[in-house]
Order: sequence, then C-alpha cells, then structure tokens
Amino acid sequence: MIEQNVVKVAMADLNVIKQFGLIRTSGLGSCIGLTMYDPILHLAGMAHVMLPSSEIARDGEINVAKYADTALPALLERLQKMGSSKSNIVAKMAGGSQMFAFGGQNDTMRIGPRNTESCRTKLQELGIPLIGEDTGGNYGRTIELDCSTGILYIRSVQMGAKEL
Amino acid sequence: MRVFKHFKEFKMDVLKEVGNIGAGNAATALSRLLNKPIDMAVPKVQILRFEEVSDKVGGSEQVVVAIFLRVEGDAPGNLFFILSPKSAKSLLRRLAGIKVANDESFNDMEISALNEIGNILSGSYLSALADLTKLTMSPTVPSLAIDMAGAILSYGLLQYGEMGDDALLIDTTFLEGNHEVEGQFFLIPDPESFAIIFESLGVPFEND
Repeated sequence: MIEQNVVKVAMADLNVIKQFGLIRTSGLGSCIGLTMYDPILHLAGMAHVMLPSSEIARDGEINVAKYADTALPALLERLQKMGSSKSNIVAKMAGGSQMFAFGGQNDTMRIGPRNTESCRTKLQELGIPLIGEDTGGNYGRTIELDCSTGILYIRSVQMGAKEL
Repeated sequence: MRVFKHFKEFKMDVLKEVGNIGAGNAATALSRLLNKPIDMAVPKVQILRFEEVSDKVGGSEQVVVAIFLRVEGDAPGNLFFILSPKSAKSLLRRLAGIKVANDESFNDMEISALNEIGNILSGSYLSALADLTKLTMSPTVPSLAIDMAGAILSYGLLQYGEMGDDALLIDTTFLEGNHEVEGQFFLIPDPESFAIIFESLGVPFEND
C-alpha cells in the first residue's frame, strides 16, 4: 500500500494541496465544502464554510475561512500565490443541507440553503465556474478531492457514495 | 469566544451544576421509563474548538442518533440528546410494546418512539433547569436525525460562529447499569445566555 497524503480541513478552516493526495473535510451539514481546482498544476484547495456572510461577525479579527464571502477570495488567493492562474481554476461544492426541519422556522435553521446561495454568488463574482454541485437534502456529507484527477468524492450515511 | 476563556473555575462549577440538575432530572425520567437504575457521570463543562465538539461523540463522521431542540425564552440555546445507533436500539428493545428489528436501520415506528423518548428526556432536562433558574425556557418541537455527528452538531454552533471559533458545552453522560444504553446530553447555551443564567442564580457576571 502506498501511503496517501491526506490533508484534513476542519470546520471553519481552509487548506490547499499540491500534486498528489487527497484533501478532505468530514461531517458537512449546513456547512459547505467548497473546492477549487487547477487541473494544469494539480493544485487543489478546500474551504469548510460555516456561515454565509461576514457581515454578522461580531469579533474584531475574523476567521476568513468561516464565511462564504471571505473564504472564497482567500482560497483563490492561496492558489494564485502558489502559481495558479485564475482562468484555469474550476470550483465544486457540496453540503448546505437542512438537517432539521422545524415548522415556520427562523433564518438560522435555513442556514444550509443560505450558505449554498452565498457560495454561488461569490463564485460568480470571482468569475470561477462552478462545474459540480451536490447540495441540499437533509443529510450530512464527507467530501474528498483527489488532487491528481480533480474528482470530488462524496460520502453520506443515507445516500451512499457519489463522485463529481 | 475569548470571554469564556476567562470564566473562573467557580463559574464553570456553576455551569456543571446546571448540567447536573438538568441531566439528573432527565436520568430519573429515563429510569422510570425503563424501570431500571440509571447512572450519571459528573458533568463536564468545556470550551471547545468547533472541530473538537464532535470528537466528544467519536469524531465528525461517526453516525449518531440525535434529538435536537432549540431552547427559546429567557436564556436561549441548543440541546442535543445523543445516542449511538446501538444504544438507541437497546433502548427501544427495553421499552415494552415495540418490536425492534436487528438490522442497522430504523423504521418509522422506532424513529417515532425515539423522538418521543427524546422529547420526554429533554423536556425533563429543561424543566429542571427552568425551576432552578426561574427563567422561562421553552423547547421547540424536537427533531431527530441519524447522521454524521459533525453535520448534526454544527447546528448547535451557529450562534457561536458569529463570535469566534469555539463554543461552551455542558456535557453529561449517563448509562444504564450494564452499559447497554449510554447517552449524552449536550447543552450549548447561546453566548448571550450566560450572563442571564449566572444572574438568575445569583452569581455576579463580569467579563473577567
């Protein structure tokens, strides 16, 4: 067995990986696992986005990886710093589910769809094409991006495995 | 949540007692349901990084049965009642009148029963808390999910997401005598609720 290089991305965190190995984040519920991939350099980046907008942030120094509107530009910048050209980068995302259904609910419980929407908008603003998406539903997901192929593997308890 | 980093030990003890009283009442209710003694561990009050919260139940990918409800009223927060699928099955088997399949999945009847058990237990947890603090705490209708712990517990952290990267968790484990049923209560009060809880218990609250 060849030991594979796996980079884990925690909740409200982002990271990148180059050439070989997997980048993964587990237990996505309402959060979004957003990946950016450069197929030329085999460069992959992933952010585990928790909230749609940093406008609600109440602490002075914000963790940019936590919010869709700040995490996506930060991730793009990381890839660009490693030599990637924006025109080569494509995005995929998964998560944004609604795990619990409460009748007549407030916005907090609709956080999944809001996160999804916010990521889509931000990608558009950045001009990065979204080429794969597995969002919504009422179940959790674990995702893994293969850095050498750009394939995104999605696992869930209820729906089994899937790739994008 | 820098504010919590500075909670003095005394305040942590107060929160432990909050967990103790809530979970104690719930354990009594469970004990009546099962007609068996239930043991309870000393509550743990911890400030955890988001990622560490799901480590408390075996990691973010661990499949758990969770009953989640939002606490509304004077001191809002989130309450989770968490079981392993195995414990949930044992719990169902111990309750009269339900036929429990041996496989991993849960049928509608079982889910409905679990929902009801969760409802009863979290109701007792909250009512003990409300009695203690004399605060209004009304639960939303509980919602059940069987899924990855990370996906479920992240719902309890959203209110903290606006402020920092960690959350304060009051964790109480209870088990039936021979460990076949083991469950955990997680109470995650909203950041704003601490001042209210402390004040209601006569503990002066300053950010020190």
